[in-house]
Amino acid sequence: MSTTTLPPTEKSAPVSAPKGTTSDRARSERKLGWLLAGPALLVMLLVTAYPILQAVYDSLFDYRLTDPENRAFNGLSNYLVILTDSTWWISIGVTVFITVVTVAVELVLGFALAFVMAKALSSIRPVLRAAILIPYAVITVVSAFAWKFAFAIDTGFVNKWFGWLPGISGDTDWFGGQWSALFVVCVAEIWKTTPFISLLLLAGLAQVPEVLQEAAKVDGATWWQRLRKVTLPNMKAAIMVAVLFRTLDAFRVFDSIFVMTAGANRTESVSFLAYRQTISRLEIGLGSAVSVLLFLVVVGIAALFIKGFKVDLAQARGEG
Amino acid sequence: MLAACGSDGGGVPTLTWYTNPDSGGQAEIAARCTEAAGGRYRITTSVLPRQAGEQREQLIRRLAANDDSIDIMSLDPPFIPEFAQAGFLAPVPEDVAQRVTEDVVESAIEGSTWDDELVAVPWWANTQLLWYRKSVAEAAGLDMTQPVTWDQLITAAQDQGKLLGVQGARAESLTVWFNALIESAGGSIIAENSTDPDGIVLGLTSDAGIRATEVMRDVSRSGQAGAALSTATEDTTATGFEGPDAGFQVNYPFVWGRALAAVEAGTMEQSVPDDFGWALYPQVDEGTESAPPYGGINLGIGAFSQHVDLAYEATECITTTENQAYYMTTNGNPASDVAVYDDPEVQKVFPMADTILQSLDQAAPRPQTPYYSEVSGGLQREYHPTSSVDPDSTPQRATDFITAVLKKEQLL
Repeated sequence: MSTTTLPPTEKSAPVSAPKGTTSDRARSERKLGWLLAGPALLVMLLVTAYPILQAVYDSLFDYRLTDPENRAFNGLSNYLVILTDSTWWISIGVTVFITVVTVAVELVLGFALAFVMAKALSSIRPVLRAAILIPYAVITVVSAFAWKFAFAIDTGFVNKWFGWLPGISGDTDWFGGQWSALFVVCVAEIWKTTPFISLLLLAGLAQVPEVLQEAAKVDGATWWQRLRKVTLPNMKAAIMVAVLFRTLDAFRVFDSIFVMTAGANRTESVSFLAYRQTISRLEIGLGSAVSVLLFLVVVGIAALFIKGFKVDLAQARGEG
Repeated sequence: MLAACGSDGGGVPTLTWYTNPDSGGQAEIAARCTEAAGGRYRITTSVLPRQAGEQREQLIRRLAANDDSIDIMSLDPPFIPEFAQAGFLAPVPEDVAQRVTEDVVESAIEGSTWDDELVAVPWWANTQLLWYRKSVAEAAGLDMTQPVTWDQLITAAQDQGKLLGVQGARAESLTVWFNALIESAGGSIIAENSTDPDGIVLGLTSDAGIRATEVMRDVSRSGQAGAALSTATEDTTATGFEGPDAGFQVNYPFVWGRALAAVEAGTMEQSVPDDFGWALYPQVDEGTESAPPYGGINLGIGAFSQHVDLAYEATECITTTENQAYYMTTNGNPASDVAVYDDPEVQKVFPMADTILQSLDQAAPRPQTPYYSEVSGGLQREYHPTSSVDPDSTPQRATDFITAVLKKEQLL
């Protein structure tokens, strides 16, 4: 990890080829590129673009799965129903809350873990990394059940262990209230996905040139100054990518809520709402409209990050 | 054994029976009926998810795609109208219908009927009883040989500082409880039924609906319903009833088998089940017979099955008195066949067999409508948490909400 690669300052255009035309080599490279990426692109179109378009189409119909004969086009009225329904806005609120809280906490914790992993002695580093990664390897449903059992009144140990804290007693029903239930959901999510964010941050940390750190040290910068002036600016891209990925992920939260509260006590996320309309009610039209809206929100978040915060995904992968 | 895994059935048609999870009884019955069929058909079982709602979701999506691998299905009764209305159930042949309804408890026949036609084969029938600790009831001075009311139970539980277990979680069990209350009060969740969602008239704001809401509120606010009432399922109340604060609970007969198994495993004292008493479901109004919950499983035949005739033949084998008795004694699920309750073996394992039979006789099914999940889901949303229901406003709010959901004007 002592070698450093400074990001190239500017891309240099090939000078040999005259402007406006592409050389044979560039053309054949492009062809090879399409050949290599083409199959993957096709699969992507098949498994993502097709369902998305199908959902958009279905969302314009009044369509119940068990009653296909009465399927009728109803334009944008599904969207009108959703957007004028307080249930939708409550779900948006709950989802935003979970996203903001979990991503913020995970970012801080992930940073600390990334530092620990980066600075750990090389002999224990592999063990440490594996240990930190374990929660991420646990299936979400399993982790949700584990946390549910831990906090439940009948099977849980949390009430017993933390009974000395004010507000917690043997009878505290965590899943009986909106905020306490959301708290448990957030804790489970944070426990599970912090390793993901810390790994991405570790990759960013490794990209910070050691020479800059040394130069700052020579200039007498304190640890805090080096963190703020050298480390963080140099890993901005990695941070933004980590936050972006986690935000998109967190916004689709479903498993933990499904397992822990099944949406009771106003803990429904937007994904859960889509599930309930499409799978439980079998209202394919209404459910597709919820899914399309969720999709648009996610696209909006991604656009905001990429345009607003100028996140360059290519740069983060070291292609810049 | 190896042969069973291969495809060398020698042309024997294989019927796939989608079962709800149990203690292996349905798989055993499938094996017995395969043997009895003498090579005409073979039944294999495939286990569905644990929750009734998830079982429905899986089956209905596959049937919507005309899945012909679904031959026999173990169906939860409230979902049967939806399956039938959508044309997902093969019509029951006249002669089969006659045979499988002979000497069967009325509630199980009702639960297998849609639009005045038998659309499924009654299999086993469940009902809730009032379970009480003999010591607690005695100390409270309750005469359990006579029907008791919810009000009496609340007072007794409060006097003795013991639990009165009900299912308050936002789940199907909440609809079960509410339906039993409103039916016991002489009303129904759906006052006027229809296959058209716009034509369904709810009965929540009737006197019976308001009375049911009052009882629900009073029990929930009694302070004796347990700390985790808003997340309490059948298992939660069963656990509470085994503990030191046990007083009363309404629950299915599985609690009896559960306690006996715990004694056998050495995790419970024999004195605990010895203290268990049982009676008919509590009354809402003194002197008016209660309407206990009806549940269980009935068998539906997939409309797209390639062996409908054989599948119906198989259901007659599955539901014989002998098999139902076997299922009841080993898996704890009460039979729909009246004759089973006279079986000395059943009487021995279930000393409360007569109470179960009487309860099934009085039981009322949940609303029968193809839009059951909207009705039940809407009800659960508005009546949960049960401690904050208000007889003056909740029935009206729930009516407005469910009506809007049925009209597709609101999300669920």
